[in-house]
Amino acid sequence: MSEDQNIPAIEMRGVNVAAMRDASFTVVEDVNWPVAAGEFWVIAGQEHSGKSDLLMLAAGLMPPAAGCCKLFGNDTRTFGEAELAERLRVGFVFQGGQLFNQLTIAENVALPLCYQKNLTPGAAMPGVNGLLELMELSPLADVTPADVAANWRQRAALARALILRPEVLLLDNPLAGLGARHRQWWLHFLDQLSRGHRQLEGGPMTMVVTADDLHPWRNARRKFALLRDKQFIPLGAWNQVETASDPIVKELLAVQLETTI
Amino acid sequence: MRGNLAKAFELTNTQVFRRAALPKSYTDLLGRKLFLFLLTVQGLGAFALITLGVILRKYGVAKNVIHPRIRQEIARAGVALMPMFLFVALALGFLVVGQTVSALAKVGATNYLGSTMVIVIVRELGPLLAAMLVLARVGTAHVIELGTARATGEVEALEALGIDPVHYLIVPRVIGMALGVFSLTVYLIIVALGSGYLFAFLQDVPLTPGDYFKQITEALNWLDFALLALKTIAFGFFIAIVTCYHGLAQPLRLEEVSRVAVRAVTQGVIVCVLIDALFIVLYLLT
Repeated sequence: MSEDQNIPAIEMRGVNVAAMRDASFTVVEDVNWPVAAGEFWVIAGQEHSGKSDLLMLAAGLMPPAAGCCKLFGNDTRTFGEAELAERLRVGFVFQGGQLFNQLTIAENVALPLCYQKNLTPGAAMPGVNGLLELMELSPLADVTPADVAANWRQRAALARALILRPEVLLLDNPLAGLGARHRQWWLHFLDQLSRGHRQLEGGPMTMVVTADDLHPWRNARRKFALLRDKQFIPLGAWNQVETASDPIVKELLAVQLETTI
Repeated sequence: MRGNLAKAFELTNTQVFRRAALPKSYTDLLGRKLFLFLLTVQGLGAFALITLGVILRKYGVAKNVIHPRIRQEIARAGVALMPMFLFVALALGFLVVGQTVSALAKVGATNYLGSTMVIVIVRELGPLLAAMLVLARVGTAHVIELGTARATGEVEALEALGIDPVHYLIVPRVIGMALGVFSLTVYLIIVALGSGYLFAFLQDVPLTPGDYFKQITEALNWLDFALLALKTIAFGFFIAIVTCYHGLAQPLRLEEVSRVAVRAVTQGVIVCVLIDALFIVLYLLT
């Protein structure tokens, strides 16, 4: 948890988000978005609406094209080596995992811990093994990502993001391409994390996820926002999402209806 | 960290010129080639300085992760190439050194043997041949590996974990290749000089091993050792810079791999020849 509860974990004011691959192209404009500590946000949008770029910017991985983005009250534009500790209070899970293919699953999870704390692989292993067990990944510890199904790669990416015990977790479309059992596991686990996971001995975690299907995220505690036509539109709680007249919201809700018919 | 890479790649986006329409005249073509050359030099220079800065600034950072990676790269750009270098050194000895010894003996110029061997093998052929072989064997692998790492988002993943991609991906490759080229050159020179004498001996050249090696050691001076070390380390450093730069410059699609690898190897050869020319000037000045 943030030391000062009054400082938002993430705060964007008049932010323009540039595309990660082409900095000259703006994908979202004039974002005003405060994320208080402990909140759980779901950012919905169609493909290429700028969800991933917004999340990368929120993590401090790229500067805003305009406006100001703050992490725990620190402007991300000034982030350098000295502010690395602040950056590491935020964990990031990429869509598809983006694991390092030359390393095993256990080495992937251990890498940030070994690098940031200068630990030998042996010294990092107790913590890594505990996390792998929690994620049901222990049987795959010595396998390289190429030999693991996508469902498990995504889980390994979550373990890698959690190894440094971040206070904020940003997840880019974490349910994309997962089977039903894995989706249930993810929803349950993320819910536990947002409340404060007992085994991880942390407080309630601030979370932001992106989604192209809103139904799995139905929960009264969560807050929702929509990316549409380069606009960031806060929708509010689930009951407001259900009653929203926006055609894109209806479309994102209809994804689930169509698949259940 | 991201700013570091941006300086090297985004400011010197040579793709604009590579994708431009066909030029209308030869002067346009020449101008475009010149711009392309200058942008590449700027990009490579920026990348080399950034890498050097990271090597110096982050010396000792995350030793338990970076040192094993450096050892891995030394093994790849050095130890693993020793069998191939043994073959090449034997061939060089038989084909060049042996024939030179034999020819000098025929005209009674064996007094010049030491200085000839030092100029041909120690100063020129040994370092350049070692650099070319390492470029071909390991440099191309760098381009492909790093291009794939960019394409699969590994660079962004490193940044998200607070790991400097230059420190993790580039520094071990640069140090490994610099030490690899240096060590392999020494190995190549020793084996080539040894096998060269063996070939001359088989041709009944009237020269004792003692005279042969005495002449070589007399022709060598401290500057040869110092410049050999500097030159081979410079070869390794710049080959790694050129190949890593082209690998990381853009996410590679499958059809681009061969084109980018060829470009990197070509530029690597040019850089090595330029460094060699610089050292020839140094030799001539001293």
